[in-house]
Amino acid sequence: MKKVVANSDEAIRDIPDGATIMIGGFGLCGIPENLIRALARKGTKNLTTISNNVGVDGYGMGLLLSAGQIRRHIGSYVGENKLLEQMVLEKTIDLELTPQGTFSERIRAGGAGIPAFFTPTGFATIVAENKETRDFDGRMYVMERALHADFAFVKAWKGDKWGNLVYRKTARNFNPMMATAAKVTIAEVEHLVEVGEIEPDLVHTPGIYVKRIFQGEQYEKRIERRTVRKPS
Amino acid sequence: MQKPSKDLDKRERIVKRIARELRDGFYVNLGIGMPTLVANHVPHGIQVVLQSENGMLGIGPYPIQGQEDPDLINAGKETISQMPGTSYFSSADSFAMIRGGHIDLSVLGAMEVDEEGSIANWMIPGKMVKGMGGAMDLVASARRVVVAMEHTTREGQPKILKKCTLPLTGSKVVDTIATEMAYIRVTPTGLVLEEIAPGLTFDDVQKATESRLIPSPTIRTMEC
Repeated sequence: MKKVVANSDEAIRDIPDGATIMIGGFGLCGIPENLIRALARKGTKNLTTISNNVGVDGYGMGLLLSAGQIRRHIGSYVGENKLLEQMVLEKTIDLELTPQGTFSERIRAGGAGIPAFFTPTGFATIVAENKETRDFDGRMYVMERALHADFAFVKAWKGDKWGNLVYRKTARNFNPMMATAAKVTIAEVEHLVEVGEIEPDLVHTPGIYVKRIFQGEQYEKRIERRTVRKPS
Repeated sequence: MQKPSKDLDKRERIVKRIARELRDGFYVNLGIGMPTLVANHVPHGIQVVLQSENGMLGIGPYPIQGQEDPDLINAGKETISQMPGTSYFSSADSFAMIRGGHIDLSVLGAMEVDEEGSIANWMIPGKMVKGMGGAMDLVASARRVVVAMEHTTREGQPKILKKCTLPLTGSKVVDTIATEMAYIRVTPTGLVLEEIAPGLTFDDVQKATESRLIPSPTIRTMEC
């Protein structure tokens, strides 16, 4: 079983134009920055991306956006990106906004074999338009469909050569669900270790979900909003 | 740039009033912006645990300069710290926690609230489409939903309306509204004015509100 690849360029070698790619991260936290940079280098286009946010201008997914590589995006909050707002108004990108909880569950369902589910979120809002709604025990719910992808770009803190992954703090976010919901999950990790080095009880994503893994070449781990307090 | 002190006073009053709703052992989600300030006024002797929708229970204070961790941010993408008792989990687990009704209190801002307790706080058609983030999930499922907002817009227009005009975040979900002028409870028969800020009358508050306010039988002055 050989899952380890040499680097980010190797990892994405076979991604074709028009692919659907899930990309982990919340804001800039926990983003697979090496895979994103490699995709920007490769220039793969007409992509459908599935990610909570779209980076910021000039970093993270903002790179793919400014290079015109994204045709369609599904996410829950895109406010940090002026370019995206502009592209939406100019109709050079198709944007689907989903409530963050629904977005999370759609991805989880996609990896878990659940084709659709009901959630109270968004009932009687525009989110429920054109969707089936149903009463359960006197409360109204909206039916939502699972999300799947051709590829998932996942960032973890540590991974072993079987693809077992451990995340760190709030860099976890969407990575675990995305790892399960794509045909090919590619994991980039800060620390790639030998099988047996991760305590089994501490594995967050079992390696069954991960097809390719590599140690990220370089981590900027940019901070979006640096907020501090004065020492007392 | 420092906010003018009048604005700061308004916000202080609002968040202090909301903090009085906190009970020992509450699990609370505080929305981006003004609601985060509620955390500065947790009453002495009680302990609440703050939940961050991006996958954390037990949010600590902003870190000291030099100790910022890029892997540790809140829902507003600000660097924060952890504390003893903190736990981390995925976004699916976070929203399962929210949607499953485990959050005792959710505090968020609003552009509009109406007399049925519907709230609009995520979009202005043609002007602003940033996305709804976690707000729709929170209002649909938290045990109590409290709105923290200024009573009127910058132009002096009411924000408490008969019916929301902007795209909704949630329909009939708000329990109470706290503004610098008033503390208002949403009931099946309409908006009940429970508390008025010192120096104001019922008429002052009603004039600044589009929907009809019902004076509570126990109407009193907001303690500030």
